[in-house]
Amino acid sequence: MSATAAISTRPASWRTWRRPSVIPGFGITFGFTLTYLSLIVLIPLAALVLRTTELSWQDYWAIATNDRVLASLKLSFGAAAIGAVLNTVFGLIVAWVLVRYEFTGKRVIDAIVDLPFALPTAVAGIALTAIFDKNGWIGKPLDAFGIEVAYTWLGVVVALTFIGLPFVVRTLQPVIVELDREIEEAAATLGAARFQAITRVILPSLLPALLTGFVLALARGVGEYGSVVFIAGNIPYKTEITPLLIVIRLTEFDYSGATAIATVMLALSFLMFLTINIIQAWARRRFGHV
Amino acid sequence: MSDTAIRSDRAAATPPLGWRAPTTESRTTKAVLIAAAMFFLALFLLVPLLVVFVEAFSAGLPAFLKGLSDPDTIAAIKLTLLVAAISVPANCLFGVCAAWAIAKYEFRGKTILMTLIDLPFSVSPVIAGLIYVILFGSQGYLGPWLKAHDIQIIFAFPGIVLATTFVTFPFVARELIPLMQEQGTHEEEAAVSLGASGLQTFLRVTLPNIKWGLMYGVLLCNARAMGEFGAVSVVSGHVRGETNTMPLQIEILYNDYQWVAAFAVASLLALLALVTLIVKTVLEWRFGHELANGPR
Repeated sequence: MSATAAISTRPASWRTWRRPSVIPGFGITFGFTLTYLSLIVLIPLAALVLRTTELSWQDYWAIATNDRVLASLKLSFGAAAIGAVLNTVFGLIVAWVLVRYEFTGKRVIDAIVDLPFALPTAVAGIALTAIFDKNGWIGKPLDAFGIEVAYTWLGVVVALTFIGLPFVVRTLQPVIVELDREIEEAAATLGAARFQAITRVILPSLLPALLTGFVLALARGVGEYGSVVFIAGNIPYKTEITPLLIVIRLTEFDYSGATAIATVMLALSFLMFLTINIIQAWARRRFGHV
Repeated sequence: MSDTAIRSDRAAATPPLGWRAPTTESRTTKAVLIAAAMFFLALFLLVPLLVVFVEAFSAGLPAFLKGLSDPDTIAAIKLTLLVAAISVPANCLFGVCAAWAIAKYEFRGKTILMTLIDLPFSVSPVIAGLIYVILFGSQGYLGPWLKAHDIQIIFAFPGIVLATTFVTFPFVARELIPLMQEQGTHEEEAAVSLGASGLQTFLRVTLPNIKWGLMYGVLLCNARAMGEFGAVSVVSGHVRGETNTMPLQIEILYNDYQWVAAFAVASLLALLALVTLIVKTVLEWRFGHELANGPR
């Protein structure tokens, strides 16, 4: 009786906000989660946004559309997009081979796909530079054909391909595992050649995962710094990526410039994040899975 | 008699040579696809990994060891270990608390909270460093106050810890939340109804259920913490022997044309990456059912 009374004295909003539970510890864990999240992530990010609002709209626009900034955005997005396309094509092959075929060394290869997540970006940066340098293992033969990779925009593409490699593979693998073999059998019994079954039945149902993997790789590539700065050569207007430009502005103590460019990047990555959610909502409606 | 009948049935069921199931590709296609996958992975993963060790030992073992025995390098190794020793447990504690609050209770705004926890993954590492400079730097919001009280955060140890904590923020939480959601609340409810306290329930019921998932998250968190470059580079100030972590020390040695020394330090981090991958794979093989499923 008294218990019911105690509950009913609580404000209605509290009761509807959280379903009652016998498990103790909600207050302390939720409180700590929110405090820690605010201190480490939310307040510092809010400070960045606040700093941008100190700029007038004209100043902000002038910084954001400055030639050097636009050139860097073009390089960052262009190179990340090419890398993401490469990763989509080869990531599809790698994921397919790893799920559907049996061959020796498969498990080792499956494990090594995550290397770009585990290998520090600075290590990847100097390693790729050493390989694609004019005297490097791959750079030398390419140089004979007149192709320069290190210290050109191609170097940026190489670094961003490395960085984005696991995304498409890891997004596709579970989807390929879940693919309904019966649909493929149906396609075969209805007279479809294997090639037709792949292009008309399998690929369409992999499309959402492919797009998600592509955008994830793209988003990661646009923000990447460590592996690129070693191989890019960092020439303004030519091989200077946007994150590097933020660092340069900071070393000049131009906080406003750095903040303005940073918010442009944040807005763009928010847009990519939104795209992924739209793709996944569409895929759930269309295919019943992500 | 029936035995032989079955055997002959089986013989008949064996497909003739050259036959292929209509739901798979021809042998040639398979071979070409496997070769293409191998080529791509060898070019972008194996060769870079190999070149690190080849370059590190290109001048022999003594040069390798000499490269590592530089006092600034030793200071960088110590700093990296110290930073990871603070950031990783902090994010581990956060991950456990966040997973407990999110997985064991139903409340409104849960999706928003989970999105916010994942936020650091979608922020460029450079911006992760920048936000602390805006807050604590000499021209930052708290800069004057910190200066008046003689506290230095940016270009010093606390800034490096903060930036590292930011970039490794979601790792443990992201592993534990789906795992604990999958496990539900029945066991904890049973423990509580039998008179266990909250802490007892966590230590004796929940923790044994999530220990491998927790280890998995800590492993990935640690690998990133020790290898972070961009965010730390922005807040470090690059004081040799003082505020340089291992990745920053690699950059300095590399720019000083100390090729072998740079790759020697890099080989230590590459070794850490390999150990991380091996432990991760072993955890997935051995305790896959006790880890959160879904893409990683």
